Amino acid sequence: MADKFLGYRRKDGSIGVRNHIAIIPSVFCSAKVAERIAYQVPGSIYFRHPVGCSQVGEDLEITAKTLIQIGKNPNFAGVVVVGLGCERFSPYELASGIASTNKMLETVVIQESGDSISAIQQGTKYAREMQLIASRQQREEADVSELVIGLNCGGSDMTSGLVANPALGLASDKLVAHGGTSILSEITELIGTEDILARRAVNEQVADEIREIIRQTELKLARQTRNSSNPNRTHLISKGNYDGGLSSVVEKALGSMKKSGSAPFSGTLSYGQKADKKGLLLLDSPGHDGEVSTGLVAAGAQIIVFPTGRGTPTGFPGVPVIKITGNPNTYNKMRENIDLNIGEVIAGKSTLEEKGEEIYQEILEVASGKMVKAEILGHDEQFCITRVP
Amino acid sequence: MAVEQHVVAGSMQKRVLVIDVKDNVAVALEDIKKGDHFRVETAEGALEITALVDIPFGHKVALKSFVRDEPVLKYGEEIGKAAESIEIGDWVHNHNMYCERGFKYGR
Repeated sequence: MADKFLGYRRKDGSIGVRNHIAIIPSVFCSAKVAERIAYQVPGSIYFRHPVGCSQVGEDLEITAKTLIQIGKNPNFAGVVVVGLGCERFSPYELASGIASTNKMLETVVIQESGDSISAIQQGTKYAREMQLIASRQQREEADVSELVIGLNCGGSDMTSGLVANPALGLASDKLVAHGGTSILSEITELIGTEDILARRAVNEQVADEIREIIRQTELKLARQTRNSSNPNRTHLISKGNYDGGLSSVVEKALGSMKKSGSAPFSGTLSYGQKADKKGLLLLDSPGHDGEVSTGLVAAGAQIIVFPTGRGTPTGFPGVPVIKITGNPNTYNKMRENIDLNIGEVIAGKSTLEEKGEEIYQEILEVASGKMVKAEILGHDEQFCITRVP
Repeated sequence: MAVEQHVVAGSMQKRVLVIDVKDNVAVALEDIKKGDHFRVETAEGALEITALVDIPFGHKVALKSFVRDEPVLKYGEEIGKAAESIEIGDWVHNHNMYCERGFKYGR
């Protein structure tokens, strides 16, 4: 029998692991109004971002698609869209993009309400009403095949590639074997692994897509570094990575890809695209922690699993981010921020298989409502929509 | 994963990890001081190696002598090439190895 968890069933058939009301500005100009509405209604969360106006082309389309898919994520029982009124990405377009989920949905437009105080008042009433309805919904049993987890790692050191990522890979393999979905990304940190990953594709088309996504990312980086006004600062890996013992981007990538275990890749996703297949997928996103998580949540991830060697406290609004470290020193320093310490493997006191199972069980428990430390402490830094230069 | 645990009497014996049998570097599982030694199992059999310099936790130590441009193998894959000759027991990092893909496109 397949493993189960307890989640919130949505009208479109999807299942959330959280039951928040999302307050989403369609443009940066309405960010503070969105924030004030969320402060008025505990249990609602807001998505501050710096975009939505004066963008053109694919840059604007990625912003639009991403905001719509964030609103559709099943962790949100309802959405209040907050617009200014004159922006290029209309708040009504954002709302109509979310409407197909049939979730609770309202739109507030500052210039139509009259002023920011009126808009806060209107939005607060909508969010308050949604929160009352959401609070009456009970969790119900769901199959793990309905889970979508996003894989992301940050603040990497050599323990990430050695312990935390391989253990997460085993948990990801188990979820995929049970019919669930797992999404690998951080393409800038997969450079050098394209042939290894392409060999795991279910067919030649997916193999070509994997190679092409990594090739395009490398070409983009070449352009950016060539045109940099500071040629001494074109390193793809950070000072912390170097200090932690990583000497090249390929060495980092070989450790990074281990998050995806050994399952076959069933498909690839563009940024802002919802996962349209089950199994293991590759999302086209640069390696910045926030941009990756945002792409993963837009793809439908209800949970992000996040190995960190050097330690980071960040979280995502409305989506639990499970922090794992393979570095026992980091856990001892940052135990208020890190959920799972699997550093015992480094000490030879535990095996990767035992820790992989521990991560899998933690995913199920968090899916059923256990809060992660980033949620409890209110960390929400990882919402950052990628830009196309 | 083949964690080497040949810890014997004496504080100078240190723990390192060879991730893949093809690898020609090992990862220090604790801080290693110059003169410390460790045992590894390689494709060519067991080796007793003495550290030529201090090697921090998580960093790489050479399991063989490298000539310039010789591939550095970790996870059984090439992670870069030796930028200069490297002695067995030496620290391998970005001061003495380079990665072509990194070099061209930003390390």
